Amino acid sequence: MVEFSSSLNLFLATAATLVAIGVYGFIVGPEPLRRIVALNIISAGIFMLMVVLAYRSAGPDAVSTLADPVLHALVLTGLVVAVSATAFALALLARLGKTTADRPEEPGP
Amino acid sequence: MSLLLFDVLLCGLLLALALASVLSRQLSHAVILYIAFGLLMALTWARLAAPDLALAEAAIGAGLTGALCFTALARQGKLAASPTLSWQQRCWPALFVLVTLFGLLLLVLQLPAKPGPLPALVMQQLAASGVSHPVTAVLLNFRSWDTLLELLVLLLALLGTLQVAPAPVYQSSWVLSRSWSQLLAPLIIVLAGYLLWAGAHQPGGAFQAGALLAAGAVVLKLNHQLNWLAWRNIWVRFFAIAGLTVFVAAVLTAWLLSGALAEPVWLRWPPELAKYIILLIEIFATLAIAITLTLLVVAEQPATPLSLARQEDDEAADG
Repeated sequence: MVEFSSSLNLFLATAATLVAIGVYGFIVGPEPLRRIVALNIISAGIFMLMVVLAYRSAGPDAVSTLADPVLHALVLTGLVVAVSATAFALALLARLGKTTADRPEEPGP
Repeated sequence: MSLLLFDVLLCGLLLALALASVLSRQLSHAVILYIAFGLLMALTWARLAAPDLALAEAAIGAGLTGALCFTALARQGKLAASPTLSWQQRCWPALFVLVTLFGLLLLVLQLPAKPGPLPALVMQQLAASGVSHPVTAVLLNFRSWDTLLELLVLLLALLGTLQVAPAPVYQSSWVLSRSWSQLLAPLIIVLAGYLLWAGAHQPGGAFQAGALLAAGAVVLKLNHQLNWLAWRNIWVRFFAIAGLTVFVAAVLTAWLLSGALAEPVWLRWPPELAKYIILLIEIFATLAIAITLTLLVVAEQPATPLSLARQEDDEAADG
């Protein structure tokens, strides 16, 4: 019982710290690619928070032995949406890189 | 006690990898560390009693995101070391983030340890959903609106990516990796079919099967196989859109069928048909997710008169 709740708190704290690390990388990270990676770390932290909350219901004092399926379904949807958003962001980034490489020092009109 | 030790190690490794990825000097190191982080996330989902997520994350987080980031790295051209930041540029954000983290920890650790009412409700209604795996029941019956909109988001991301992505960077493939990928291909198809079918009563389903198929297809595409798998192929377009259209058609059919009986409700399956509707939607959703994710990772612009790459070529030819 004690072990269960201390594990739970450990994972909750890790999720919060992952979000913080991601935010730091998003603010500081000099390259856009690193900012996209940092955004993915933020989303990993948020998903982890949701999965830990789902895991509560699998605990020793809970009604069922299964974790909360609603939160799992939400995170599953979130994973796929996150990877598609990342792909779109990276495509925009590639376009940006190509556009700036084509016209290096051209002054604006 | 040993489980707690494992948890401490896992969390420590996750934090160390995330921090190293954010702080590393070179961009390529950041990407490689992030891929390792994704693999550990899959392990974490398995630890937290979420096998569905572990399956999806292993294919998406470690496989597809890694391929995406490496493609982005290859497009950046020669890799220079990141510009070094002054301590002021590092300290003020760090202070801000530490204050945020403190508040976040205070909030998160206050969350009640008791679960909400939803899991019990799902278990209660599970028999009427047509499947016996609760996560699949939530995804495709109780909250199918989410899945419908998710397929729409995937399609929009694909259309956007096809508009802006520049021409792919072609690299020669390695003989050994080509023959290995050909060996893996039939295995991946069998596994994806199994995952799709198993999703009705145990962890698995359309998302995991689609992500796995996409990961296999990406490996083959990177080895210059599967040349038909491109947006110019009319069947690929058809199946990329079919996930959404079959879903909407099923919703409308169910609406009409239930309308004759009682009050029609949007997105509610008739219980006796739910199993077949869910299976039909899952098959098309798997194909749509697989095709969309593959094309997102190995995005290449279709050579239509409207595409940006074509316009640039024309401009170059004119000038």
